Amino acid sequence: MTTTAPPPAAPPAARRRRRRTTSDTGLSRVFRWLSTGAGALILLVLAAVAIFLLIEAWPAISAGGDELSARVSWFPEDANLVTFVGPLVFGTLLAAALALAIATPLAVGIALFISHYAPRRLASALGYVVDLLAAIPSVVYGLWGALTFAPLVYPVWDWLASTLGWFPLFAGPASQPPRVMLTVAVVLAAMILPIITAVCREVFLQTPRLHEEAALALGATRWEMVRTAVLPFARSGIVSASMLGLGRALGETMAVLMILSPGTLYSFAVLQAGQQQTIAANIAAQYPEAPPLGVSTLIATGLALFVITMAVNMAARAIVARRKDFSGAN
Amino acid sequence: MAQRIDVKDLNIYYGDFLAVEDVSMTIEPRSVTAFIGPSGCGKSTFIRTLNRMHEVIPGARVEGTVAMEGVDLYGDEVDPVAVRRQVGMVFQRPNPFPTMSIKENVLAGVKLNNKRISKSDADALVESSLRGANLWNEVKDRLDRPGSGLSGGQQQRLCIARAIAVKPQVLLMDEPCSALDPISTLAIEDLIAELKNDYTIVIVTHNMQQAARVSDRTAFFNIAGTGMPGKLIEMGDTATMFSSPTQQATEDYISGRFG
Repeated sequence: MTTTAPPPAAPPAARRRRRRTTSDTGLSRVFRWLSTGAGALILLVLAAVAIFLLIEAWPAISAGGDELSARVSWFPEDANLVTFVGPLVFGTLLAAALALAIATPLAVGIALFISHYAPRRLASALGYVVDLLAAIPSVVYGLWGALTFAPLVYPVWDWLASTLGWFPLFAGPASQPPRVMLTVAVVLAAMILPIITAVCREVFLQTPRLHEEAALALGATRWEMVRTAVLPFARSGIVSASMLGLGRALGETMAVLMILSPGTLYSFAVLQAGQQQTIAANIAAQYPEAPPLGVSTLIATGLALFVITMAVNMAARAIVARRKDFSGAN
Repeated sequence: MAQRIDVKDLNIYYGDFLAVEDVSMTIEPRSVTAFIGPSGCGKSTFIRTLNRMHEVIPGARVEGTVAMEGVDLYGDEVDPVAVRRQVGMVFQRPNPFPTMSIKENVLAGVKLNNKRISKSDADALVESSLRGANLWNEVKDRLDRPGSGLSGGQQQRLCIARAIAVKPQVLLMDEPCSALDPISTLAIEDLIAELKNDYTIVIVTHNMQQAARVSDRTAFFNIAGTGMPGKLIEMGDTATMFSSPTQQATEDYISGRFG
């Protein structure tokens, strides 16, 4: 172990180019190696996943469209891998974006209520409830969505289609039973709501008292105080929270699989069945009966999901970093 | 626009705990009134009752009256938000909004009070407020940079500019120089001397020389012991308070023989 290393180890360390400002011996050194190791491990895992996906997907990537459709029963005729993955990517992004659009405003509202409006006792009770929601397995959400929520929600979807049908998103007729994208999006929103709410709540509670009082002393109402002091301070935190939610929505499998009637179109019609499918649900649906090349194709779609998730996260970080000077961290 | 404040029989509570007991005083318009006293004697608590910031803390409340030109700030129909728009406040630690530029910071209060302001009016107000806070020359070339990038003393003057931009009647300062170096402190003190031509100023300070330098009247608060309420011991012209106070406790405190 490094703790028992004899003193002669020191001279080479002293010759290192980077100047060390703190003495780094004993436990301190152990901790440094532990944290460096943990940091390196996450990179290793990420690289391993990427390599695994690439290697396993390679047969499908290198095979032509004709070969794929000849050897994989569910692979469409006259398609190649790109035209096969395209609609799945579209469906995945649509489901996640809709879920996020529903969940984020709601989560910010709930978190603000808990952190700045609710009486203290109610706030902590609500906090527990939100945390409990996060502990429900996704298959339960899927069951609830398919068996309870979908039948209940049909009249609403029908009304949406008949009144707002001119808007492409709500083009009718609404399918009955409503095993449609909007139902999925609502269930996904319910699933990602707790994590977004919990993170937002923590961030809102971190707002410096000093800044809240600065706003109040200028004659701000409660809402104005939230708007001038709390929300700007929490902006990057809200983005991070949404990204956590988005990651879960992008990869969610069971709930989508159990609710959505799949299709492979580039369609915005979220009230009609048989229009879209997500990558994760497609993998789960096709995997059990897939031949080797089929598995490889599915893994290629998984690779696409991996790339999307990374791209979305990097984009979010870029957005947060753009106004770094104004973050209050300096 | 400066106004006079009459405080009568004011008891200040945190929940059931009586923090400051039975304060009565008059704060004259267009003058500087300094509150001095040992830590924990309730002077900061008291100053926060003058703009109803005290009640922001859960469970905090007051009994008695604080009247500005005869109108009780704690009357039933008085909106605390309206009170705070008339009584500006500068805090112990500089607290410009970190997510806003220097310009946005100055305009923050104005944007709350009457949402719309033309660009030329806004620019004029930013300049006059920053000039009023003796900060214009230092920041005029970087109005769009974040306020948190300024030095501590500049930040505090930015906070003063932000407070006077809404043209309050009264300006409260809770130890405005305690986090600043002597040069920044001097800049703020000069500023206070100018501001008193237009505003009623109340300042809490731990620095007795500062109280002697900037104030016209001084109030001395003291506390009998831990857990006891703070009290106003005496109040008078600053010159008198520092030369011949009527109370022994005041004399002990200002001469450093406290205890």
